[in-house]
Amino acid sequence: MSVDKATVRRIAHLARIGVEEEELEGLSGELSSILNWIEQLHEVDTENVPPLASVNHATLLPREDVVNDGGDPDAVLANAPERHDDFFAVPKVVE
Amino acid sequence: MSAGELAGLGIAEARRRLAAREISSAELTADCLAAVEAADALNAFILKTPETATEMAAAADARLARGDGGLLEGIPLAIKDLFCTNGIATTTASRILDGFTPPYESTVTEKLFAEGAVMVGKTNMDEFAMGSSSETSAWGPVINPWRATGDNSQRSPGGSSGGSASAVAAGLALGATGTDTGGSIRQPASLTGIVGCKPTYGRCSRWGVVAFSSSLDHPGPMARSVEDTALLLQAMSGHDPKDSTSADVPVPDFAAAIPGDLKGLKIGIPREYRVDGMPDAVETLWSTGADWLRAAGAEVVDISLPHTKYALPTYYIVAPAEASSNLARYDGVRYGLRVAQADVNDMYAATRRAGFGAEVRRRVLIGTYVLSAGYYDAYYLKAQQVRRLILRDFEEAFERVDAILTPTAPEAAFAIGAKSDDPIAMYLNDVFTVPGDLSGVPGISVPAGLSAEGLPLGLQVMARAFDEETMFRVAGRIEDAAGFDAKPAAWWRGES
Repeated sequence: MSVDKATVRRIAHLARIGVEEEELEGLSGELSSILNWIEQLHEVDTENVPPLASVNHATLLPREDVVNDGGDPDAVLANAPERHDDFFAVPKVVE
Repeated sequence: MSAGELAGLGIAEARRRLAAREISSAELTADCLAAVEAADALNAFILKTPETATEMAAAADARLARGDGGLLEGIPLAIKDLFCTNGIATTTASRILDGFTPPYESTVTEKLFAEGAVMVGKTNMDEFAMGSSSETSAWGPVINPWRATGDNSQRSPGGSSGGSASAVAAGLALGATGTDTGGSIRQPASLTGIVGCKPTYGRCSRWGVVAFSSSLDHPGPMARSVEDTALLLQAMSGHDPKDSTSADVPVPDFAAAIPGDLKGLKIGIPREYRVDGMPDAVETLWSTGADWLRAAGAEVVDISLPHTKYALPTYYIVAPAEASSNLARYDGVRYGLRVAQADVNDMYAATRRAGFGAEVRRRVLIGTYVLSAGYYDAYYLKAQQVRRLILRDFEEAFERVDAILTPTAPEAAFAIGAKSDDPIAMYLNDVFTVPGDLSGVPGISVPAGLSAEGLPLGLQVMARAFDEETMFRVAGRIEDAAGFDAKPAAWWRGES
């Protein structure tokens, strides 16, 4: 599987990672070689094998539906790059 | 008493001397802090915390004086810098968390501190734990205290927990925390001549550990002996309602499981772990290890884990896919770096471009690709199916055997920069450790010998899920038989 420059540009957009035009060629080569190496998985017969998302041994138990934390906007906002009052501030999204 | 003498003590021995009031935590901690100060050449720490350590040691001495010390009362530890520490900067070795100070404590560090442990600093690592050499850190590479015989070139300590490994190997702390997603505790332990344990998935809470790949991330301990590692694991383990994958199972006295022979135990040697190009020293050490276990009473049998060769490609789909999802939270809005732009999408893209290093960007792009429309079934679903087959390999093997013995890594410590330009060559260093992460079974690396160049080599013991006790007992017999007492020459202190 080869990943061309247009595909690198598209996935970089999906991942919201800025890439410079001159980086596309190099990334295209790196990603293609990694994906080509991964292709060997297609040798494996996985007919009727159920996917395994996690080996989690824990059983999920219901909890009391109560508030047990929160109510501390200053702690929540303490690391914000920019805040206004009790809100995270971002560049204007809606005109 | 000479400098570094206390810092070089084992945890079990330091506990005995602290309890007997022969030494104080203040003295022990001061000796570690002096060793840390003299070891800048190793670049093992992103943040040193001498003031915090001194306060914690004083509090520990007060509790010891009252006779109510915890399991690790007064023991100085190094903490990998992806465990969130309340009020102390946590970076995961990335610029994306610039300026971030956690307002909470990770469950693992909370448990260690509740048992009296003292933090000397936050250790350097691969950025977001993505790497096998501790070179992808925004703070520069960690250096292995070990050098090859007659060769002064700098070696990698492995990774991603390379700062923790170098700190423990160089005697800067008595133990450390690490995390293991593809081998990031066991491989650096092997490359630095220390013990490192990845417990069963769910044994140690992931709450407050910066997430890389949630179904694969395992917090665990690193120390200079099997017993010390068992003591640390005991303090770190236990059910945590704040991590929905944390297992609600009893925590045994792991150290108590170490003594004893191996009569009645069957140890498997998986034939698929004999890989091309493995140095003779690794191959020889592995068969010597099997002889040691036979001499301790175990029956050693050949087994097959047929899907071993597919573990790495499976990992390099699952881990980037989960990482691309987990790292979506770094958007420049709530914490960490923000690169200001007039448009919000431009702000996300510029922030993530500036904040993430090259390997992290590469993995997020791979993960985004394999999860994207049209490729999900061919890559992500396929990888999840092969992951099931890898788990079945272990389940079937553990019907026949009680533990599995393998080398930890296919080679000894490599030179800094040797694999930086070839991602796949770097990934191959985790060939023997990745299957344990995909299947969740516990594994431990024990230093067992030296390579032809005089560099440490580890052997790995894996056991059934939640049977760390058998793992520790087998590891203990390897430790006894190997008698590994080699130490790196302290060149970083100007000694040769």
